[in-house]
Amino acid sequence: MTATAPAPASTKDERLIHRSVLRKLLGRPELGSVVGAIAVFIFFSIVADSFLRASSLSTVLYAASTIGIMAVPVALLMIGGEFDLSAGVLVTTSALVSSMFSYQMTANVWVGVGVSLLTTLALGAFNGFMLTRTKLPSFIITLGTFLMLTGLNLGFTKLISGTVSTKSIADMEGFVSAKKVFASQLTVGPVDLKVTILWWFGLVALATWILLRTRFGNWIFAVGGEADAARAVGVPVYKTKIGLYMGVGFAAWISGQHLLFSFDVVQSGEGVGNELIYIIAAVIGGCLITGGYGSAIGSAVGAFIFGMTSKGIVYAEWNPDWFKFFLGAMLLLATLLNAWVRKRAEATA
Amino acid sequence: MARVRTGVRAIGAVLAAVLGASLVGCSSTGGKRAEDARKAASAQGKAAVNTPRWKIAMITHSGDGDTFWDIVQSGAKQAAVKDNIDFLYSHSDQGQQQAQFVQAAIDQKVDGIVVTLAKPDAMKDVVAKAAKAGIPVITVNSGSEKSKDFGALTHIGQDETIAGEAVGEELNKRGRKKALCVLHEQGNVGHEQRCAGTKKAFKGDLQNLYVTGTNMPDVQSSIEAKLQADKSIDSVVTLGAPFADTAVKAKDSAGSSAEVDTFDLNAKVAAELKDGTLGFAVDQQPYLQGYEAVDLLWLYKYNGDVLGGGLPVLTGPQIITKDAAAELEEYTKRGTR
Repeated sequence: MTATAPAPASTKDERLIHRSVLRKLLGRPELGSVVGAIAVFIFFSIVADSFLRASSLSTVLYAASTIGIMAVPVALLMIGGEFDLSAGVLVTTSALVSSMFSYQMTANVWVGVGVSLLTTLALGAFNGFMLTRTKLPSFIITLGTFLMLTGLNLGFTKLISGTVSTKSIADMEGFVSAKKVFASQLTVGPVDLKVTILWWFGLVALATWILLRTRFGNWIFAVGGEADAARAVGVPVYKTKIGLYMGVGFAAWISGQHLLFSFDVVQSGEGVGNELIYIIAAVIGGCLITGGYGSAIGSAVGAFIFGMTSKGIVYAEWNPDWFKFFLGAMLLLATLLNAWVRKRAEATA
Repeated sequence: MARVRTGVRAIGAVLAAVLGASLVGCSSTGGKRAEDARKAASAQGKAAVNTPRWKIAMITHSGDGDTFWDIVQSGAKQAAVKDNIDFLYSHSDQGQQQAQFVQAAIDQKVDGIVVTLAKPDAMKDVVAKAAKAGIPVITVNSGSEKSKDFGALTHIGQDETIAGEAVGEELNKRGRKKALCVLHEQGNVGHEQRCAGTKKAFKGDLQNLYVTGTNMPDVQSSIEAKLQADKSIDSVVTLGAPFADTAVKAKDSAGSSAEVDTFDLNAKVAAELKDGTLGFAVDQQPYLQGYEAVDLLWLYKYNGDVLGGGLPVLTGPQIITKDAAAELEEYTKRGTR
């Protein structure tokens, strides 16, 4: 990844410069957000008495994980230079498809889960395919998908179930085992941790490995940095982008199944607006909106900041009328701090 | 091209495998088959009158995919079938849009309009216009205090403050000391009135908590966080049926023993009332709001009837506890309660 990260001007060959561990650390894209996260953490530890309890931290981690699972592929996509505005409703689509397919076919719910995976991957591929074929900006393509999916979610649910939410599938075969996989709790010592946290960490590890250790990872940085140059040296730009969108589909599948199996029924209007939260998490985590720079770990830190802020306000028991204001101000501060630290780091690296 | 074709073939094979598996992997419990057996009981009627086919438009402030308005609609449709009425429905959560839909109904020269006044200021002019055009208007659900001023025949719905007070009194009866009011839409006037009404009648302490209603995990973790922050909360009141079950989950993971109560009803709420997971629910009978609005417009056209004598006709609050839940569970499953 250092191959495409903006390198400081140097008179010597940069590959020969000896860099200390500290310097290397300072060059990491997520450094600013880690500092921001620590600041937010210390802040809420001071102002909210109950924030530091183990049970509270598990709640914060759960809130962060539901954002974080989606922030990982969204960050990768952003590093690849594209956006996905359909990510929020895609999660709802994933949950709706698997619920309604199982219900209508009276099938084992695992069948629905499989159909849902195919659907989300196909929708991701559709986004990528449309993008690379039409050469329209991803903003337009995915905005189109976002609107279409919002309508389809509602239209199909109403058409098939007769109401705007799905029927409960909690009494169907396979539900118990699927719930274990997507929505169970793990008791670690005195606290209950939601399984989404594991999924989240797993995805972050997988994405980090892809970014830093595989050829595909290099391609992602290359297409986000300079697509034409990347194509000139033989990077399959289209394939990479389609792959990234399918990655979003995959994470939306996990996220959607969690939604379904933890709440039994899914309301078709849900998910609108969440796409922005995923993007915010990725940006707080150090992804550049222009592409070519960022990390998966950063997106996790961004999601964690978001989780801490939104729940920390509740723990601090502030006047709820001002909730959104506090949330916005905290996010802005975290991002500013993040940008400031990065600038300092780049100046001294 | 050869590779593309292999890809298509591979996808086809996977699809075939999944479809095959779905035929084999059937569930012997629940699902559509169980529902079909249940549906046989539910009735679908024919027109019971021979009045001309009047056209009635209903325009609500509902957002997309709201279960509550679905039930209102099903009540209205049922009455429309019975009264030989051509029923039109549109909705928008933006006041301006909703007003435009009402204008469209006036342009269509409908025979009656049912409208909600959640954003009264946006609706004022257009409702007056309808009255001026000689189209009878009935307001439902929200806006009882403005209905008469705007020139509507009558208002059918629940007074949110009265409903809130009913909750407060029920909480008193149950000896609750500290309650949490969970608002899932910041800035919704009706929601604020419910919580304010509860606060007024409740002898203990009531706090408000705002959550993002379109994001269930957020709803759960926010309630969880609040219950962890304040262990003395002994009851949680949610303002919509879908949020009651989520509040129960939040309560369990927070290790709190608070009682969860809710406004509005759905199948899950009915089931949880029955098994004691929920304390009580306050129903405003949305089915009745839709049904009565259409039926009263028919009565007005046919017989000049007006109900309420200028005062709002209340459809709630009806407090539902364990006793009535079993009976209502069936009705909620078919989407009429």
